Amino acid sequence: MRYLLRRGGFFLLTLWAALTLNFFLPRLMPGSPLQALRDRTHNKLSPAALQELLTSYGFKPDENLAVQYVDYLGNMVTGHWGVSIGGSLGVPVTTIIGEALPWTLGLVGVTTVLAFLLGSLIGTVAGWKRGGRLDAVLPPVFVITSALPYFWIALLMILVFSVWTGGALPSDFNYETGLQPAFTGEFIGSVLRHAVLPSATILITSIGGWILTMRNNMITTLAEDYVRMGRAKGLSGRQIMLGYAARNAFLPNLSGFAMSLGFVIAGSILVEYVFNYPGLGYLLYNSVQNVDYPLMQALFMLFTVAVLVAVLACDLATVWLDPRARAKG
Amino acid sequence: MTVLPAPRIRARGGVWTAVRHNRKAMAGLILLVLFCLVAAWPGLFTSVDDPNALAYAPALQPSWDHPLGTTSLGQDIYAQLVHGTRESLVIALVAGLFATVLSVLVGVSAAYLGGIVDDILSMLTNVVLVIPAFPLIIILAKYAGQGTLGVMLFVLVITGWSYGANQLRAQALSLRNRDFLEAARVRGERRIYIIVFEALPTMTSLIVANFLGAALYSVLSAAGLQFLGLGDPNSSSWGTMLYWSQNQQALLSGIPLWALAPGLCVALLGTSFALINYAFDEIGNPALRPVRRQRVRRS
Repeated sequence: MRYLLRRGGFFLLTLWAALTLNFFLPRLMPGSPLQALRDRTHNKLSPAALQELLTSYGFKPDENLAVQYVDYLGNMVTGHWGVSIGGSLGVPVTTIIGEALPWTLGLVGVTTVLAFLLGSLIGTVAGWKRGGRLDAVLPPVFVITSALPYFWIALLMILVFSVWTGGALPSDFNYETGLQPAFTGEFIGSVLRHAVLPSATILITSIGGWILTMRNNMITTLAEDYVRMGRAKGLSGRQIMLGYAARNAFLPNLSGFAMSLGFVIAGSILVEYVFNYPGLGYLLYNSVQNVDYPLMQALFMLFTVAVLVAVLACDLATVWLDPRARAKG
Repeated sequence: MTVLPAPRIRARGGVWTAVRHNRKAMAGLILLVLFCLVAAWPGLFTSVDDPNALAYAPALQPSWDHPLGTTSLGQDIYAQLVHGTRESLVIALVAGLFATVLSVLVGVSAAYLGGIVDDILSMLTNVVLVIPAFPLIIILAKYAGQGTLGVMLFVLVITGWSYGANQLRAQALSLRNRDFLEAARVRGERRIYIIVFEALPTMTSLIVANFLGAALYSVLSAAGLQFLGLGDPNSSSWGTMLYWSQNQQALLSGIPLWALAPGLCVALLGTSFALINYAFDEIGNPALRPVRRQRVRRS
């Protein structure tokens, strides 16, 4: 119980730090949102209207900084994220994010979890069959793939499977333009076809890390006495591999998963940008290009929350999988 | 000084021998040295002095004069590649170095000072570790105006130190109660001496691994940042080349080399860091080394 409380405290502290960073960055850096907004609207709106727009997202330059700060924290926590001052002027930030979120969850979320599970499984087998054919080939190959830039793989994919094949697989957007989103076979097929290249990119670049760490963990675990004990008891190879070795070797991987989510987010921004995929990453890129402060702030907070939730979830999973962690807490 | 020079030289010789006998490490090292040569003397590898000048006919196919062809703006791709090496390498090494210094400072002092200082420092480390770095880098680079080299280095260092600090703290904690440090303490050495001359040398391999990891992170992040157009578009680096090639739709207009070549260079530089890093893991932990085939056939 104390353990859970400590984790909860950490969650709140990190969230607060991210929000605070979010608040003070634009105020410390050169360039003002007012000026950006004026450029954006080509001086068509009156200064009063501009002022009002800014106020709605908590930017009140005349107010005391401390008051602004408290207001801002309250607004962020209660979901009052203001309206966009970028490309889609005046649209609430929550609406914009709501449209992009499912695409990112579907593409990046599913692919990441798949890469993690698949990578851990391959790593388990590679570490178990030490010196086998799989183990001889995999490590060098995946040391290299984990050092490849996401966007370069994406470009390569587009070149090979889209440009050279004369557009066999689509290389941009999330579904065929002109289709109406609906539960029809045509629409779902189109969505899946558009997801093939981006998700393959994410899979290729992220799976290597999981395979390598899992393999190395397996090798360390297989040298433990309890594995020899399992052998002595006459358990089958599969039982020892999964129940004895992999279960223990998996634990560090699990806590690594949450930590690596930051890299996944980085990769997804670049992949979504290359494929013009209208998810959160592409949205962040656009909001940065358009100096859309409210959208930027909300997105950055969302990304932080996503990582934090993953960290918490992995903590809980560790407690569930590892009796030692349960006893300690 | 109480530290004898002899064992150190032997230790370094040991590392060198280990690196020489590890094929992964050698491959990575050769790649890295090659890139360093190109970065130091670009004039040796190409006769073009100003790679960004629009000096040639646009979109030429590869030929003897232009080994990789020209861009759709009329620049020699190979010359751009050669001249871009320096900035990309400098970003990797300098950002990697400063990030490592920061993680040593934070991680080791957290472990040795203990108490409230440790609590604060490790809390700070964990918070920075969890906050997603790349969106933060993008936002920082945007707020700071045009992403000059200095801005780029700053954001990479700020976001790149936390992982190493965490690891170094753990290692330093496990070292803290070892006998040789206790001996130094009993000898009456000052705390700073114990940390710098007794504890740090034993952590060398982890520090090197962290440097390589931070350098890899910096290469990839910097290239991504420049690719998105948040760098200085007039600089010559691989990321800037990628930005312009994307900007001019190189893939669709039949000049794929414009995008592929700089990306490959980023990938190769990253690979060289990753290979050396992995080899260091193998050297430090012999269990991970590849098994020879004969030994596998047990019966």
